[in-house]
Amino acid sequence: MNSDLAFVTDGLTRHFGEVVAVDHLTLEVQAGEVFGFLGHNGAGKTTTVRLLNGVLAPTSGTAQVLGLAPMEQGPALRRRTGVLTETPSLDERLTGRENLEIYAMLYGVPRREIAARVKELMEVFQLEDRADEKAGDYSKGMKQRLALARALIHRPELLFLDEPTSGLDPVAARLVHDMITHLSHEEERTVFLCTHNLDEAQKLCDRVAVLEHGKLVALGTPAELAAKVGRSQRLELEVARDDEETVLRLLAEAPGVSAHRENGTIVAAGAEWAAIPGLVTSLASAGVRIYRVAPQEASLEDTYFALQHEKEEMS
Amino acid sequence: MNGYAMQAIVRKDIKVVFQNKGVSIPLIAAPLVILVALPAMAFFLGPTLGGMAATDSGSAIVRMAAGLPGLAGYDGAQMMVVYLLVYMMAALYLLLPTIVAVGFAADSFAGEKERKTLEALLYTPTTDWELLLGKLLSAWLPALGVAWGGFLLYTVMANLAAWPVMGRLFFPTTMWVILAVWVAPAVAGLGVGAMVLISSRARTYQEAYQLGGMVAVLIVGLLVLQVSGVMIFSPWLVALLGLLFWAIDAALLWFGRRGFRRSKLATQM
Repeated sequence: MNSDLAFVTDGLTRHFGEVVAVDHLTLEVQAGEVFGFLGHNGAGKTTTVRLLNGVLAPTSGTAQVLGLAPMEQGPALRRRTGVLTETPSLDERLTGRENLEIYAMLYGVPRREIAARVKELMEVFQLEDRADEKAGDYSKGMKQRLALARALIHRPELLFLDEPTSGLDPVAARLVHDMITHLSHEEERTVFLCTHNLDEAQKLCDRVAVLEHGKLVALGTPAELAAKVGRSQRLELEVARDDEETVLRLLAEAPGVSAHRENGTIVAAGAEWAAIPGLVTSLASAGVRIYRVAPQEASLEDTYFALQHEKEEMS
Repeated sequence: MNGYAMQAIVRKDIKVVFQNKGVSIPLIAAPLVILVALPAMAFFLGPTLGGMAATDSGSAIVRMAAGLPGLAGYDGAQMMVVYLLVYMMAALYLLLPTIVAVGFAADSFAGEKERKTLEALLYTPTTDWELLLGKLLSAWLPALGVAWGGFLLYTVMANLAAWPVMGRLFFPTTMWVILAVWVAPAVAGLGVGAMVLISSRARTYQEAYQLGGMVAVLIVGLLVLQVSGVMIFSPWLVALLGLLFWAIDAALLWFGRRGFRRSKLATQM
């Protein structure tokens, strides 16, 4: 395996009875990148993380993670990966500090380094004041931060984060985002981010893959995906107030386009990128006084829903 | 073998169990009742039973006590005290490691599943065997501690309770030393082995604990055989029982190791 790759999968598949949780997943993730793994609940994200860590055996296909085979070399691999599970999976009857100390031992952190490392992580995640309270008494955000600290206790090269900001308030979510950016940019760790938060993926990820019913349906940078969909999802128009009704009527006649008023502008959605000049020409020909035309780059959210829409149309 | 990681599992499991009062209180109460309250009863009942032995030599309990090995030279009251504290208590004592082992082991897998803490443990760099062994030890070691600590406590309590009748230290007997050193660890192993097999399949602590109660039934069976006089514990019989339990432990460990896969546990989460 190329040393620049964090992991590679080839036709990775996992069945649970009749259900195909992961369906012939072929993927390459570069070392040091933040890779977004998008999909709704039950799309197969968590199963993929389990397969990549040797916790679950694949039905077929192969994976090489950090140059190791997950099922055959699981312990050696898991020493180098860290996983934030979807639920924090903390021992709530133990204190925050005890949770970290025990997992430091489980991950083979030398005994003499444990106290310093726990203290450092408690500070980074702003938990030091509550370190000796039971984790069960922590707020949801604190539990999530503690679980993230636990995933980092052995300084893993490859970090799997399964819905890291699910249910967090904006302040706590921001802290987690900053931490992911820091891990990637400053410490050059690879981050595999499973999320259904599209804004989060757009903000943090170098590349994203979209998974649906276990199948990979799209892969690329957020910009590449938008281009692949080939559609400008938002077109902002500023026109003379008297002409707004005409514009709304003309846009509604264009194929696949819907338009509405929004904060003093007219917003058209669903227009093909290539069709924009024609649309503007037709408006001008109709005598509309146009002051501003601003096509907005498709967001990952727009892209995601467009992909879903395409898939529905195909089926 | 990663002993450091196993030590972490043992430390974690023991701490977690002791933080749960619903589990820890019965685990502390049972030894106290068996090892303190029952000898205290013998203290009060000994003279009464001794008087009974003197006046009613035909009763079943007196006949049974008189037929026990190694009681030559004891008077009626002494014979009854030895019968109660040495023979009757022997099978009851074996319930202690069983109760503790079953309680801890039920919490080990089923409890983790119930609290949703198992997943993080599966992602650690332990092998399946280390994970299983860590779990076995985290239930077996407390059971062993209670069995041996209980034996010392019972030695004190039995001698104190019997002093007015016996007038000397009479405990532990050879049979009890074999029971504590050889049989109790094996019985604890039996409880743990059976429970790990059960609790890795059960979904909740209660479900696992109830199924694990079957192991206690085996020990209660021994108690019934002992009380009814069908099987009287002697040093040789106790040593043989220990051998039988160790053999069952080895079989359970073999089956446990064969069937234990973290990937199987992962499918149950």
